[in-house]
Amino acid sequence: MTASIRDTATGRATADATRLPRLLPAPGQPMELPAHLKVHGPTPYRGGPRLLIHTIESAGLTGRGGAAFPTHRKLTAVADQKGVPVVVGNGAEGEPASDKDKMLLWSSPHLVLDGLQLAAEAVGARRVHLYVHRHPELLQRLRSALAERATAGLDRIAVGVVTAPHRFLAGEESALSSRVEGGAALPRITPPRIFERGVHGAPTLVQNVETLAHMALISRYGPAWFRAVGTEQEPGTMLTTVRLANGSGGVSETAIGTPIAELLSLAEHPARAVLVGGYHGAWLTPEQAGHLTLSNADLRPFGAAVGAGVLVALPTDRCGIVESARVVRYLALESAGQCGPCLNGLPRIAATFSQLANRQFARSALDDLQRWSTLVERRGACHHPDGTVRFLRSALSVFSDEVELHAAGRCSAGNTAPFLPIPTATPSYEEEWS
Amino acid sequence: MDERLRVNPILCCGHGLCAELFPEHITLDEWGYPILSDQPVPRGLSKLARRAVTDCPALALALVRDS
Amino acid sequence: MITGTALWYASRATGVVSLVLFSLVAILGIMVNRQGRLPGLPRFAVTGLHRSLSLLTVAFLGIHITTAIADGYVHIPWLSTIAPFTSGYERFWIGLGTVAVDLVGAVIVTSLLRDRLAPAVWRAVHWLSYLSYPVAVVHSLGASKDLRSGWLLALTMGTVFAVFAAIGYRVNGALAAVPRPHRVSRQLVQADKTGSLR
Repeated sequence: MTASIRDTATGRATADATRLPRLLPAPGQPMELPAHLKVHGPTPYRGGPRLLIHTIESAGLTGRGGAAFPTHRKLTAVADQKGVPVVVGNGAEGEPASDKDKMLLWSSPHLVLDGLQLAAEAVGARRVHLYVHRHPELLQRLRSALAERATAGLDRIAVGVVTAPHRFLAGEESALSSRVEGGAALPRITPPRIFERGVHGAPTLVQNVETLAHMALISRYGPAWFRAVGTEQEPGTMLTTVRLANGSGGVSETAIGTPIAELLSLAEHPARAVLVGGYHGAWLTPEQAGHLTLSNADLRPFGAAVGAGVLVALPTDRCGIVESARVVRYLALESAGQCGPCLNGLPRIAATFSQLANRQFARSALDDLQRWSTLVERRGACHHPDGTVRFLRSALSVFSDEVELHAAGRCSAGNTAPFLPIPTATPSYEEEWS
Repeated sequence: MDERLRVNPILCCGHGLCAELFPEHITLDEWGYPILSDQPVPRGLSKLARRAVTDCPALALALVRDS
Repeated sequence: MITGTALWYASRATGVVSLVLFSLVAILGIMVNRQGRLPGLPRFAVTGLHRSLSLLTVAFLGIHITTAIADGYVHIPWLSTIAPFTSGYERFWIGLGTVAVDLVGAVIVTSLLRDRLAPAVWRAVHWLSYLSYPVAVVHSLGASKDLRSGWLLALTMGTVFAVFAAIGYRVNGALAAVPRPHRVSRQLVQADKTGSLR
């Protein structure tokens, strides 16, 4: 049964395998259930647990939530645990510069929801949740998509929608688990890891919604189809949220391994620097960005990673230190405030970096930033301090010339209007830098 | 089987007894929170380590076995 | 008869000592929680004293109970040590004493095993000490006339007042504590003010 679906699919897909987009439908047209069924057919259940895992392994799918962890290993780890697992589709991206999960849930909800059912079947779960930020329209859309699927008898397990607060850490695995249990979205300590003991103590599979959507396609069209684009080590496509130096951009689907210069049109719109991965990611110089592709193989040696697919080109008239300081303040305010080092260290780092951005240079500032960075790293329950420090260090390195200018009371940027998106609920303190 | 100290940073509220009781492996940062050595606790100091674990008012410290 | 009287006096005396010690233990416990220091002593001394005195309290309690039961003049069965309201003599007041001992017993046992229990479990049982203290005070006032007059009354009132003052100090600290969601923004405001100083 499945062989014939795949055979037919492979036969058809060979011609289509390299055509993009795969996850996103034609622009401007969210894919409703009838269209979804027409294009992709019904949810291809395998008929029992673990049967899908080998296919996912052959496809080489890795998590699209930022950590790029091999999906088949996560599925196996959860399936191996004693106790009945819970599956949660994580659509709470939390990252202000990223819109891909929202876009995917809006445009192709049924791929995500198929993936959720397939993942549940693969690990033998009996409870399934979808975790999304509180956007009223998106929630309404998802609830009606679920209702349609219920009527059509597509979903074997009913999906409970759980809303996430608009916080940076809301999508962190242990925070997600706390929230799905009914508590606050606050990170918890690990061990035990969420795949071992998560929601109400059950082994919990947390999978980013994009990863689930890829699973839905791989289960229909096969590993070879998935691997037709991308690189050998990092096959397939990924969703990216790009912002060019002229301010244009948006969410699109890209083959992994595409040159960053192409994705950001750096030749037409030169950048002062490129931010890769998001606010826990790293800056690259234009020279580096010009030579690297969107792949962890290229980016890791430069201290960066594809993360959740955020790519921002900073315009040449903006100041990298001013922009980075605003991000670090935002990150400090997004601390859960549970752990001493993070609670104490991040605000001090943010305040000192703000003063540097404001061209008020204290002699000890750089030493303080260095010392505090070392003090907060790996001393929290979650990786928020680690990611913040990674971002900070890359900013100080890539914008080192700007740091010297600011220390001397000057700034090379002509435009102080903010470029990187910071949620308005957090005060932006822009007036300090006029 | 090595024994190592581990702290639960959420439970820890900076009482600081641990650093007084086991200064060989625990120091306090500038905010009063413990910095633990990542070296295994030698056999001879095991008793001191256990005392630090038991006396922590927040029960935030643990001695874990890993290989 | 003389032996009986000696035992009876021993019970009353060790009862008073137990109550005073209990008050000290409670105050020290609150000091530990509030990270209070005793002048000239390291931090672990406050915790250490709290525990040492609590074990001393148990010792005095043990004598207090044993002598009361061993003295044959009034009938208090051994069962009353753990089962409340089973005493023939002053059933209610002795019963309260038993309740206090039961609660203290749970606190002591869990504390001896504290590094083997989940922090939440140990903490939940330890809260029972706030219940056992007033029960012990009421038992003391009701079970014998000793504390109701003279210098013993003054002593009792003094120690009870001190414990309630300490509880007030703890409650005030809890109310004044910055709620978790606001902690980090408060820190940032302060860090902005103090420049790049610690």
